[in-house]
Amino acid sequence: MESSVDEIRGVVFETLRASLPKPIELSDQTNIVRDLGLDSVAVMDFVMEIEDRLDISVPLDRIAEVENIGDLVTTVRDLKGRA
Amino acid sequence: MSLLEKFATLSAQYDKLESIGANPFNVTFDRVLSPTEAMLGDRRVLLLGTNNYLGLTYDPAVIRKSVDATRDFGTGTTGSRIANGSYGGHKQLEQALAGFYGRKHAMVFSTGYQANLGMLSTLAGKNDHLLLDADSHASIYDGSRLGHAQVTRFRHNDPDDLHKRLRRLADVPGDKVIVVEGIYSMLGDTAPLREFVDVKREWGAYLVVDEAHSMGVLGETGRGLAEAQGVEADVDFIVGTFSKSLAGVGGFCVSDMEGFDILRVACRPYMFTASLPPAIIAATTEALHQVRTRPQLREKLMQNAERFYEGLVRLGFRVGPELSPVVSAIMPDAETASMFWTNLLKAGLYTNVSLPPATPNGLALLRSSVSAAHSPQQIDHAIALFAHVGRSLGLIPYHAAESEALIAGE
Repeated sequence: MESSVDEIRGVVFETLRASLPKPIELSDQTNIVRDLGLDSVAVMDFVMEIEDRLDISVPLDRIAEVENIGDLVTTVRDLKGRA
Repeated sequence: MSLLEKFATLSAQYDKLESIGANPFNVTFDRVLSPTEAMLGDRRVLLLGTNNYLGLTYDPAVIRKSVDATRDFGTGTTGSRIANGSYGGHKQLEQALAGFYGRKHAMVFSTGYQANLGMLSTLAGKNDHLLLDADSHASIYDGSRLGHAQVTRFRHNDPDDLHKRLRRLADVPGDKVIVVEGIYSMLGDTAPLREFVDVKREWGAYLVVDEAHSMGVLGETGRGLAEAQGVEADVDFIVGTFSKSLAGVGGFCVSDMEGFDILRVACRPYMFTASLPPAIIAATTEALHQVRTRPQLREKLMQNAERFYEGLVRLGFRVGPELSPVVSAIMPDAETASMFWTNLLKAGLYTNVSLPPATPNGLALLRSSVSAAHSPQQIDHAIALFAHVGRSLGLIPYHAAESEALIAGE
């Protein structure tokens, strides 16, 4: 099952908005730790929501490489493409 | 200073705690009087924030064995077991642990943290997969990072989520190793091991259970959650610690797996560290003997746990989902948790503050752990202090009659 980058970006934005305490403008350049103020566990929890939506598992070393939302979209797209 | 610049945010948070005058992460006990009391400066405090579940730190037999071992074998081994040799005591403790668990093999590590570092990094190799419960202790996460396996995190205590993730890995080569804990140290909840075992069997995975907080606490003979839930035969590796129920320091792994001993020359956190000193080995061996021969310690512990847990529930605190010796009151935020902790300490009660990311779901916790060594009066005194501080901070409703009864000792 293929998913387009735009579809994945949509899922990431939607999931993030639902888990952030207050609305923040999101883009591919948004830094997940610095701009969103999420700690290491909160990042992993939020990735879990995306995993559920897209039926994939993102290994922890791949999460560790992610700095901004664009990286996350690329990683998820890559994993989804393989699934 | 620029090298440490990356800790600026953390540093600001830490300084804020220091400036309040009481920093939960920087406490010094000047004297320890017993398993349940210590001195902070010239102030006597009741200890409700240790992991001294069975209260064995001052057991006369444990102390005697420890002192004898120091006199007979010296203060330290000054080396690792691989490079510098084992002492008889190391082997005897391993035999005693294997005997206690009814397993063929046991391996002793210098800390519980290193037991997880060693086992997880070594068991799962480059093409294997570790599946960790989301609420796993830092040592489990760190062990998984030290090794070369691919690491997947599943939802806390959720066998269906584990199943889903194993399904996604179904066509990926490599062994699958599942890691869960007996009692989780932050909220005191236990794993649904029977359901996890069903999933493990279905997918042909291996199962590691960390019984750090459940050894000596759960199960007919104190072997932990796997014993309590009757699934020991399906647990491939049990990891644990000597620093809680066994009142010392160190860690271990027991297993029936064929060829287990090869790990002694493959597992780096076992090989490249100093072995435990004779005093600790002897004390731990005796403490294990006490666990085996004094089941009344477990009964006393659970009575105390129930008394304290129910006491906090009656007062209206939000607590963890299950009764266990770890009793955490859920605070609205980190500042309130620190203030609560400080007020309790001023009143003579030592507890723990646990904050994210060490806690699940971003929770700020005021964590207590109960010991078999607490008297019912000490537990009631602690409940009365929780009532007093909880009300003064507006966290729980005011019931005058109950409060007075508790302060009077019921």
